Amino acid sequence: MIAVDVVEPSWYLVLGAALFAIGSGGLLVRRNPLVMFMCVELMLNAVTLTFVTFSRMLDDVGGQAAVVFVLVVAAAEVVVGLAIIVALLRKRPGATADSAALLEG
Amino acid sequence: MVELIVFVIAGGACLAGAVGVVASKNPVHSALSLVGTLFGIGVLFIAEDANFLAAVQVIVYAGAIVVLFLFVIMLLGVDEADDLRVEPLVGQRTAAGFIGLAILALPVLAMASTGFEATGVLGERDPEVPDIEQLGELLFTRYLYAFEITSLLLVIAVVGAVLLARRQGRRADEVVDAGQEERETELAERLEAGGDERSAEAVRPRGPREEVGS
Amino acid sequence: MLDLVWLIPALPLAGFLVLVVLGRRLGEPLAGWLATAACGGAFVATLIVFAGLIGEHHEDRHFTQTLFTWLPVGGLSVDLGFLVDPLSITMALFITGVGTLIHLYSIGYMHGDANYSKFFVYMNLFVLSMLMLVLGQNMLVTFLGWEGVGACSYFLIAFWFTSKANATAGKKAFVTNRIGDWGFMLAMFLAFASVGTLDWLELSEGVGQMASVTATGLGLLLFIGAIGKSAQLPLYVWLPDAMAGPTPVSALIHAATMVTGGVFLMTRANPILAAGFDWVPDVIAWTGAITALVAATIAVAQNDIKKVLAYSTVSQLGYMFLAVGSGGYVAAIFHMVTHAFFKALLFLGSGSVIHGMHEEQDMRRMGGLRKYVPITAATFIMGWLAIAGVPPFAGFWSKDEILLFAWGMSPVLWAIGLVTALLTAFYMGRQVFMVFFGDERWRHAAVAEGAGTAHDPVGDGTADDAGEAVSAGDPATAAATHAAGDHGDQPEPHESPWLMTVPLVVLAVLSLVGGGLNLPLLGDLHFLGHWLEPVVGENEAHIDVSTAGKVALATIATIGSLIGIAAAYTVYLRRRVKAVEPTVLAHGYYYDEGISAFVAGPGMAGFEGVAAFDRGIIDGAVNGVATLVRGVGGGLRRVQTGFVRSYALGVAAGVVVVLGYFLTRLSF
Repeated sequence: MIAVDVVEPSWYLVLGAALFAIGSGGLLVRRNPLVMFMCVELMLNAVTLTFVTFSRMLDDVGGQAAVVFVLVVAAAEVVVGLAIIVALLRKRPGATADSAALLEG
Repeated sequence: MVELIVFVIAGGACLAGAVGVVASKNPVHSALSLVGTLFGIGVLFIAEDANFLAAVQVIVYAGAIVVLFLFVIMLLGVDEADDLRVEPLVGQRTAAGFIGLAILALPVLAMASTGFEATGVLGERDPEVPDIEQLGELLFTRYLYAFEITSLLLVIAVVGAVLLARRQGRRADEVVDAGQEERETELAERLEAGGDERSAEAVRPRGPREEVGS
Repeated sequence: MLDLVWLIPALPLAGFLVLVVLGRRLGEPLAGWLATAACGGAFVATLIVFAGLIGEHHEDRHFTQTLFTWLPVGGLSVDLGFLVDPLSITMALFITGVGTLIHLYSIGYMHGDANYSKFFVYMNLFVLSMLMLVLGQNMLVTFLGWEGVGACSYFLIAFWFTSKANATAGKKAFVTNRIGDWGFMLAMFLAFASVGTLDWLELSEGVGQMASVTATGLGLLLFIGAIGKSAQLPLYVWLPDAMAGPTPVSALIHAATMVTGGVFLMTRANPILAAGFDWVPDVIAWTGAITALVAATIAVAQNDIKKVLAYSTVSQLGYMFLAVGSGGYVAAIFHMVTHAFFKALLFLGSGSVIHGMHEEQDMRRMGGLRKYVPITAATFIMGWLAIAGVPPFAGFWSKDEILLFAWGMSPVLWAIGLVTALLTAFYMGRQVFMVFFGDERWRHAAVAEGAGTAHDPVGDGTADDAGEAVSAGDPATAAATHAAGDHGDQPEPHESPWLMTVPLVVLAVLSLVGGGLNLPLLGDLHFLGHWLEPVVGENEAHIDVSTAGKVALATIATIGSLIGIAAAYTVYLRRRVKAVEPTVLAHGYYYDEGISAFVAGPGMAGFEGVAAFDRGIIDGAVNGVATLVRGVGGGLRRVQTGFVRSYALGVAAGVVVVLGYFLTRLSF
């Protein structure tokens, strides 16, 4: 790799995969709802990166269009999700993802 | 050459930010790390000739969404440090590690099988025309319907957010059923026993006719 | 005319239904007349069908009528149908005929009973069931009737169920019958499994394709059923106890009809018996012979007027099975018919005596009654002569036929039959002499009891047992005994009303002339034999005895009967010889006690073992499955931790699996 001076497009894909993996790992490990949400955002970003890379590799602008939609949906999701978190944490300020554990077998 | 340097720096920023999000004790630190990642992604967009998207990314994501996160963190005061040393669920971390590795490895393997070449159908993109024009044309012709729907989605999201985050105080003349106070005390005790003192305090009933929400 | 066969069971059915609904309202004696009319109507219908059957040509004398398809189940299609052939019509004739006479008798006998109409409900139901039994086109209809008569027997034996002894007797009859029924059921299963049909005619034809083993098994299983129903060794114990029921019941069910069901079954199944191994008829003949002998010995020592007749019935049934086993099916049916006549007569006569003696049943308290109940006495004596085998009464001809076939089978069997005939004449003579002749002991009985001596009426050394009277029959007997003690002299016995004596006279006449059905003199007089030929002809044994030989055998048998009568005369009337009535015989060789001991001891242990097996292994298996499921469930339920993050882990793991599957499948 040291001798290379051209960036292969596939490296972007690998980077995207790595970001996605880190995001999913974080989602499973963290308990704070806001941090979990941030990990979701990480995963979404990895996906957008992948889309753009493919759009470049395949000469198709549709990939970028997809990114636009992902962005819009992510924004809407964040808005509603944070509203929920606000409503929730107002009632139970110390709640974490582990607090809702009543429905156990 | 230039691209290589840009890639390395931006990619590094992304990864560092990602790790920061996952590994920070303080949620504010996580949010700031997230900014780093988003910015890195934006730079990478530019490197890939998606200029418009890069701009949108920075404005919307880094500029609005992360700020929103920070607002909520500050509003609710959840900036306390999470205790990362304890993991109540047995085997969760190991399993998460494996899954993360698997999620990384599988796409890489898939890519390796085709020799790291994209095997999809090639589209027609004129390299001379700026990407924003092409993107605009696509959005307003082929994906017009979806585009309009997303605007609807945003409206709904706003309405939903307003409804959900409303303050719901108990009015002074509202009827409370007989066992409510007892239940709340019980719940408060249970929460306290589970270690969640803040929630216990919030749930514990105050005197009658007093507004719960401040 | 043949298709009126459905009318034969329909009339008793109608009688039954009407009496069930309206019986109590109709009351006495209308309910009785209705029932008698139903039975009488059935008799008339039988005569019509009989006439129709005679009109048919000799070989074509079988007619089936199917009412409807009863059980169309997979490979088995069972119809509710009737088979009219010489055998079933003969049975139906004497069932309805004798049945009507007994119904008539019951109108008078059951007078004053609180459950008058219920009695006739059961009686009609019984006649219906018995007719289904004999007219059945297939094994299942026969079995329906078989079970029906068993149930009615239970109802009627335990008719005065307020006494525990009667209820127990009813249960005993039912349970013992059930053991036999088990054999019948297995026979049905076997028949279906081997030939695929339960129809009697098809079975007779299918016997040719059956393996000998199957036919043997079938025959033996049916014989087990017959043993239960017809009270042969070892399942005869219920019949003496069944005397707890009203006397007309004893006459109809336990003398003339139900108990002959077993013999009928064997005759109906004669092709099956012929197709089995050679030792099957031997088993039947020997069982019958030994039962006849054993029962006759027990009858010698009985003091209850009905118990003597009960053991006598067991003995005579043994004769019928002896005939069946020896290949003399016609002789068996002949004896069945004549036995129906004279045994019913004897039972009804004894009922008349009991009625006249105000419910007294112990023969030791009777005596010299011929002056007071002349008609009863005269008819009873005629019945006695018939059963003793004195010519020209009916019993002589039929018993003689049986002894002839026994001789053809084995001289030992003939000897057993002869000794039994002797004993029969003896104990029946004993009964006649004790009841109708000699001292009027019933006059003295009260006085002696009042004096407190151990009264010994016949001078034979057996202790007087008042308790025996209590267990022997209905509670009224004990009351009568005490009443006698209280009031000094017993009131004089009186003759029964015409309702009861007319049937006696009719039956007496039949006992006299019934022999004409099948006289061995000159071939043409073998009416019954010729009539039954289409049904049993092929399997009837041929006896190679010359006419002189037959006459010799008949003479020896007659001499035996006369010796028996003379012996009874000497012992019980003239008192020249001391009577020998060993206790072991009086207790029936302690057979009942033996069964009780066995069931209570080893039997109970066996039952406990089976119950333990059921509890431990079978229940254990079922419960074990439940426990296993619960255990697995308990284990699996730990997957539901309640934590969202572990569920998320599950989702992520699933994603990885699916991803892995698709990526590896598609690329490599």
